[in-house]
Amino acid sequence: MSTATLDKVEANSQASPYIKVTFRLRRFNPEVSGEATWQDFEVEIDPKERVLDALHKIKWDLDGSLTFRRSCAHGICGSDAMRINGRNRLACKTLIKDLNPGKPITVEPIKGLTVLKDLVVDMEPFFQAYRDVMPFLITKGNEPTRERRQSAEDRERFDDTTKCILCAACTSSCPVFWNDGQYFGPAAIVNAHRFIFDSRDEAGEQRLEILNDKDGVWRCRTTFNCTDACPRGIEVTKAIQEVKRALITRRF
Amino acid sequence: MSSETTPAAVNDVSLYDVDNPAPVIEAPRKRTKKTPKATRTNFEMYGWLFMRLSGIVLVVLVLGHLLIQLVLDGGVSKIGFAFVAGRWASPFWQAWDLIMLWLAMLHGANGLRTVINDYAERHNTRFWLKMLLYTATVFTVLLGTLVIFTFDPNIR
Repeated sequence: MSTATLDKVEANSQASPYIKVTFRLRRFNPEVSGEATWQDFEVEIDPKERVLDALHKIKWDLDGSLTFRRSCAHGICGSDAMRINGRNRLACKTLIKDLNPGKPITVEPIKGLTVLKDLVVDMEPFFQAYRDVMPFLITKGNEPTRERRQSAEDRERFDDTTKCILCAACTSSCPVFWNDGQYFGPAAIVNAHRFIFDSRDEAGEQRLEILNDKDGVWRCRTTFNCTDACPRGIEVTKAIQEVKRALITRRF
Repeated sequence: MSSETTPAAVNDVSLYDVDNPAPVIEAPRKRTKKTPKATRTNFEMYGWLFMRLSGIVLVVLVLGHLLIQLVLDGGVSKIGFAFVAGRWASPFWQAWDLIMLWLAMLHGANGLRTVINDYAERHNTRFWLKMLLYTATVFTVLLGTLVIFTFDPNIR
């Protein structure tokens, strides 16, 4: 029995873990052509590695002109949101074995934002919407001499929406945002939710008023694309619905 | 690296270079610093609420209407001038049809308004599509109301 397992382990370690995977990347370089095109790269890679590792392999070994954003490479900074096999994900949190590597894996820039080069988009409209909901603590009166305390239940109320890393995977998966970039988008509403339901904050009314407008929460069609896209597992649509409910109960 | 697509055709090469880059691929409509123009009204909220509430009422009204008109008591073959005249003699059915007309038209018009807002890209397109929608809605609602109130069973 013991020898059998030993043989098996040996056989496994001898076999190469690498497989050949085709990556179909959406390339756009305004200095070469005005059109975006698909380009295929074949890389030998361990299926337990991530899409970001494959992009690194392509950039470092095959084509140095490939352009994409990444900073921490561990799912915290939110730089490398991209459309992988038609779904918004973080390249650094997506394992190749989960993507059906027998077929070509498509990688595109996220939709609804201006493409600058290859997988890099202009995030300015996204951050503009984020700034417009005032994502910072606003209080009245004198500053306390000690920290602003909060009960565990009060903290729990908005715990889910504190996890946002501003990767724009949710906003750029929203069909309303794709065509009508004026909509605040799920990410801005999630970050407004984080302060609206914070017991220490006193500007919830102002934020609700901002989101009550014609490009605010009422444009949400509850398609749940944002909840599916969120790499942090935030229940985005639920947060949007909670803001809607707060708006209605505030009036009646 | 296999089956590489070659975008740089012969006549394409001279078009763009480092000093003269192509325009970047823009999104249909972009948010700028000016875009969130605050209207400070609750119109969108009331519109959203109206859709939910009228939807609930319409389920009863429309399903009841279809059942009476198409299924019960001989089905669609019984409908004629006399059948309509008989029904509209009662204020109950007049009110039913009037409420159904107003709710269904406003519900549908508001739904189409949001569809136009979501999908029309240019400002002019969305303006004229909405004008067409509002005209059609007002015309249908007024005509229907007029008919329900001035219906004369002895018309000849």
